[in-house]
Amino acid sequence: MAASAPPVTAPALTWEVNEGIAVVVLDLQGQPVNVISRAVKDEFLACFAALADDANVRAVAFLSGKADNFIAGADIEEFVKLGSAAEAERLAAEGQEMLDRVARFPKPVAVGIHGSCLGGGFEFALACHYRVATDYPKTQIGLPEVQLGILPAAGGCQRLPRLVGVRAALDMILAGKAERASKAFRLGMVDELVPPPILADITIAAARRMAGGWRPKRKRRGGFLGFLLDGNPLGRRIVFRTARKQVLERTGGHYPAPLAALEAVEFGLRHGIAEGLKREAQLFGQLAVTDVSRKLVQIFFATNQLKKDPGVANAPPPVRVKRLGIIGSGFMGSGIAGTAVVQAEVDVRMKDADLARVAQGIHAARAILDDRLKQRRITKYEHARLVALLSGGDTYAGFGRAELVIEAVFEDLVVKQQVLQEAEGAIPESGVFASNTSTIPITRIAEAARAPERVIGMHFFSPVAKMPLLEVIPGARTVPGTVSTAVGFGRRMGKTVIVAKDSPGFWVNRILAPYANEVGHLLAEGASIEDIDGMAVRFGFPVGPVTLLDEVGLDVALKVAEVMLAAYGDRLTRSPGPGVAALVKAGRLGRKSGRGFYIYQGGKKRAVDESVYGLLGVHPNGGPRPAEILQRLVLGMVNEAAQAVGEGVVRSPRDGDIGAIFGFGFPPFRGGPLRYADDLGADRLVADLQRLTERLGPRFAPSEVLQEQARRGSKFYS
Amino acid sequence: MPGSNGRRVAVIAGYRTPFSKAGTALKDTRAVDLARHAARELLERTNLEGADVDEVIFGQVVPSALVPNIAREVSLLPQFPKEIPAFSLNRACASANQAITAAHDQIALGNADVIIAGGAEALSDIPILASKRLADILVEASKAKSLGARIRTFAKIRPRDLIPVAPAIAEPSTGQSMGQSAEKMAKENRISREAQDRWAFRSHTLAAQGTADGRLTAEIAPWLPMRAGQPILQQDNGIRADTSLEQMAKLKPAFDRRYGSVTAANSSPLTDGASAVLLMSTEAAQALGYEPLAFIRSYAVAAVDPGWQLLQAPVWAVPKALERAGIGWKDLGLIELHEAFAAQVLSNLQGFAEKGWEINEDIINVMGGSIAIGHPFGATGGRIVTTLANEMRRRDVQFGLVSVCAQGGMGFAMVLERR
Repeated sequence: MAASAPPVTAPALTWEVNEGIAVVVLDLQGQPVNVISRAVKDEFLACFAALADDANVRAVAFLSGKADNFIAGADIEEFVKLGSAAEAERLAAEGQEMLDRVARFPKPVAVGIHGSCLGGGFEFALACHYRVATDYPKTQIGLPEVQLGILPAAGGCQRLPRLVGVRAALDMILAGKAERASKAFRLGMVDELVPPPILADITIAAARRMAGGWRPKRKRRGGFLGFLLDGNPLGRRIVFRTARKQVLERTGGHYPAPLAALEAVEFGLRHGIAEGLKREAQLFGQLAVTDVSRKLVQIFFATNQLKKDPGVANAPPPVRVKRLGIIGSGFMGSGIAGTAVVQAEVDVRMKDADLARVAQGIHAARAILDDRLKQRRITKYEHARLVALLSGGDTYAGFGRAELVIEAVFEDLVVKQQVLQEAEGAIPESGVFASNTSTIPITRIAEAARAPERVIGMHFFSPVAKMPLLEVIPGARTVPGTVSTAVGFGRRMGKTVIVAKDSPGFWVNRILAPYANEVGHLLAEGASIEDIDGMAVRFGFPVGPVTLLDEVGLDVALKVAEVMLAAYGDRLTRSPGPGVAALVKAGRLGRKSGRGFYIYQGGKKRAVDESVYGLLGVHPNGGPRPAEILQRLVLGMVNEAAQAVGEGVVRSPRDGDIGAIFGFGFPPFRGGPLRYADDLGADRLVADLQRLTERLGPRFAPSEVLQEQARRGSKFYS
Repeated sequence: MPGSNGRRVAVIAGYRTPFSKAGTALKDTRAVDLARHAARELLERTNLEGADVDEVIFGQVVPSALVPNIAREVSLLPQFPKEIPAFSLNRACASANQAITAAHDQIALGNADVIIAGGAEALSDIPILASKRLADILVEASKAKSLGARIRTFAKIRPRDLIPVAPAIAEPSTGQSMGQSAEKMAKENRISREAQDRWAFRSHTLAAQGTADGRLTAEIAPWLPMRAGQPILQQDNGIRADTSLEQMAKLKPAFDRRYGSVTAANSSPLTDGASAVLLMSTEAAQALGYEPLAFIRSYAVAAVDPGWQLLQAPVWAVPKALERAGIGWKDLGLIELHEAFAAQVLSNLQGFAEKGWEINEDIINVMGGSIAIGHPFGATGGRIVTTLANEMRRRDVQFGLVSVCAQGGMGFAMVLERR
C-alpha cells in the first residue's frame, strides 16, 4: 500500500510579473469565498516583501480568482476563538500593520473588485492606492462589522472617512451597510466603475499609469455642504453629535459597537491616523469579548447553518419551483406573490373568487416590485420582466404547471379544505399544496386531501415582503420531500426558515401567546399601555406587545388568542373583562383600520387612544411596578418557549431562538428566549416563576423542562 | 395541406384579449402588452410549457416605432426560454392569418413542431409622425457639430412644422380610404343601405348571443388593468345587444354624405386587441397530450387592382383554397367571413353567388363578426380561426372556411378540417 502524500496547502496568493506590473491573484483553494485568516495574512506579507524586492516590479494590480467574490471579510472562525480583549487587540493590530504596509508600499497598488468586498476585504482595498469595481449586482462593498457587535479595526474607521467624508463613512460604518458598486462609486468608495470583462485590464492599466507617476485626483464630496459639515472640525462636531443621537435612538443603548466605531472615527480625525488606529484596535479588543458580540456571532452562525439545513432528516433534494400558484389574493396572498417574484423570480399565478380581487392582489404584489424600482435595487428593465411574472384569474387555469401552490384564503377549516380539493384537481400529481394558516392544524386540513403526503404548512408573517421568518409545518402524513421543497422555496424567497411541529400556534404564536395574554392582565391591574410597551422596548424588543397586537391586526390576534386559549387553557388564563374582542367589535382592528390601541394617521403611529381603557373596562392607575411588568411579560414567554422545546415544537433551541428573533424581534443581543433562559439559569427562573405563580396563579407555573434543568443543572445549549 | 412529407398541422387552441373600441378601455395599453397578454394566457389555459414552443410569429399592421418586432417581445416573456426565435409580419387585415399560415408552413416542412401565431393592434397607440420638414431639421440637428450649429438648425422650425401627421387608413396607390372603397363597392354592386344595416344588426345580435351563452367569452382572456382603479375588461365592448334597425337607420353616411350608404353602424370600428393561436404538428400534439380542435387543410391568397373593388379579392382566394383542399363550396359546414364593412360582406357573398354557390346564412359568422366584435387589424385573423375551430368542434363540422379581405386589394382564404 502506497503511503498517501502529505497534504500540500496550495498558496492562496499567486502572481505574475508582466512588463513591470505584478498581477496578484487571491484565490483560497477549496473555499467558496476568499476570507482573510492568519495564514492568508502571512502569505500577504511574504508576497509584498517579495514584490518590494523584485526590481522588475514597478506597480501592483490585485485581483480575486473567485467568480463572484472579492474578499468576504476576515475569518470569523478565528475571531470566535479569541479569549481575551488583549488577544483581540493584538489580532487587530496585526491586521492594521499588514495593511499599513500595503498603504505605505513603495510601489503603487491598484485593486480590481468584483463580487462582495466586505469588512476586512474592503479595508484592504482602502489601503490600496486605486480601486476599480465592476458594475455588477453581486459587487457589494461595505463594512458590516457592527452587525457582529464589533467595529472595522483594520483601519476602516480611519481610511473611509478620509476618503469619502465623515457623514458618508459614518452612514456605512454605523449601520453595517453594504452598497452596490454604483452607489459605492457615487460615494467615492471606489475610483472607477467598469463592466466585468475589462476589470483586470483596467486595473492593470491603472497600476501602470501610477507606475509612471500618475496619481488619482479625488475631490471633496458633497460640495459646499460637504465642506461645512465634513471639512472642518466645527461641522464635524455637529455630525458626530447627530450621529450619536441617532445611534442611541436606533439601538436603545443596547449595542456598544456603533458607539465605539463612532469614537474610533472621531478620535482618529482629532489625533491623526496613527493614534486613531491604536484606539480602533483597543476598542475592537473590548468589543470582541462583549456578550453582545458573542450573541450576534452565534446568531450569524445559526442563520448560516439554517441556510444549509433541509429542515428534515433524510430529505430528498427540493423540487425546483418554477411556477407558483397562489390561492387567495388578499394581503397575505399578494405579499407572498410579490416577494416570490422579486426574490425567487418564479412565475406566479394568482387565483381568487372574482377578477376584481385578483386585479387588486396583482396590484398589491406589483407594489412590492415598484418599491424595489424606487429604491433602485432593480432596473426598469428588470422591473418590466418581473412584472410579467405576475398574473392571475378567477379559475385554476395555469395551475397545471405549478410545482407548489400556497393558499392564503379565509382562515376557516372548511374553506381551506375546499380550496385544497379544488387545487388538487388542477395541479400536477407531484405538486405540493401549502397552507398559510396561522391557527388551523395542517393535519386537519390534510384530511380532505387526496395526497396528504404533499400537504404542508407555510406560515408567513405580515407584511411578507419585510418579515424575514417562515415557519414550515409538516402535517402528520407529510413526507420529507414535501418538507424540503417548502423549506427550499422559502429560502429562495429570502426567508429564514424554521420547521415547527403541527401543534396550536406552531412556534412563534405559541410563545407569543402568554406574552400577549399578559397584556390583558396588566391592563386589568391598572398598568398603562405606554408603560407596557415602554418596558418591552427597554428590554430590547423593537416594539412593545400592545403595538405588536395593533400591527398584527386585532381581529387576527383575537382569532389566534381564542385558538390558543382553547388549546392551552391550562397554561393560559383569560384576563378579566371583555378584552380585545371589545375593540374588534368597535371596528378597531389596529393599524390597518387606523385605530387600535393606538391612533394611526397617515401611516404613522400617533398616541394611545385613551378611549380604549373605557372600552376594555379598565383604569390606568399605576398598576404593577415597571420591573414586574417586564418580568411577567418576558418570563411568561421564556417559560412557554421552554415548555414548547420540551414538546419538540422546534427541532432545536437554535431554531427556537432564531424563530423568536426573526419572527417578532426578540432582542438579538440577548440571543433569543432560550439563550436568555440559559443566561438567567434555570434555578433562578424556576424560583421567579414560582413566586409569580403564588401571587398571580398557575399561568406562571414553571415548565417541566425548566424544573428538570434546575434539578440537573443543565441548559438548552451545552 | 399536408407537407410533401405528409405532416399535418393542428389548431390546438386560441385565446385573445377582449376587443375594445379604440380610445376606450385599452387606450393606454401598447400593442405589445396586448400581444404578450394573449400569448401568456394561451400558455396558462393550455398548460403548455414555454420551452415546448419552437417559434413565435405575430402580425401587426401599424407597428410602433419603438417595438418594431412585436413577436420577439412576446417570445421574450419570462414564461419562455430566451432562445425562441420570432418574427413579425404584415399582410394588412389578414396579418394574423398570415402568421398562422407561416406557422403552418414551418410545421408542415418539418422545421418546427409547436408555434404560437397571432396578431395585435393598438389603434389607440398609433405612431404619430412628425412633419417631413421637422423630421429633416431634427436629423440635421442631431448631426450638428456645435451647440451654435444646433441652435441655428432649430431656429429654422416654423409653427406649421409642428403639426403632427397621423397615418390614414388609405390606400397609398389610390389615396382612397377604406370607407370610400366600401362606398364604391356598395354602389357598384347595388348593395342597399337597408341590406347593410340588416347585416350589421345580425352581427350584433349573434355576437351578443355568443357572449351571453359563453361561446365567445370562452375564447377571451379577461384583461386585468396595469394600474389600480382602471376597469377590468372581460368581454368585447363594441357589441350592442340593445341596438335596433331603427336606431341604425338614423345614422348619416360617413363617407358620402349625399348618396352614401356606409355608416359607422354598418362598418367595423377601430379597435384595440390581440389574439394568439397554438399550432402543432399532429405528432407533437399527440406527444404532448393535446387534442386538436381542427387541422389546416388548405389556404390561398389572391389580389385585385386596389382601384377597382378594393375588398373583393376573397372571391378569387376562396375558390383557390377550395380547389387546393379538393372540396366544393357545398362541403362547407361553417364559414367565418371577416366583416370590414357590411357592404363588403354582401359584395363578397354576391360574388360567391355569381359562381353558382348557394349562400346559406345559417352557417356564416354564427357568432357575429368584426362589425360587432371589433377589428384590431393585426389580431382579427387569430380570432376568426379560433372561433371557427371551436365552433367546428362544438357542431362537429368536418369542413370550415375562413375568408378575409385586406388592404391593398388582397383576399385570404383557409380551409380547416375537423378530422
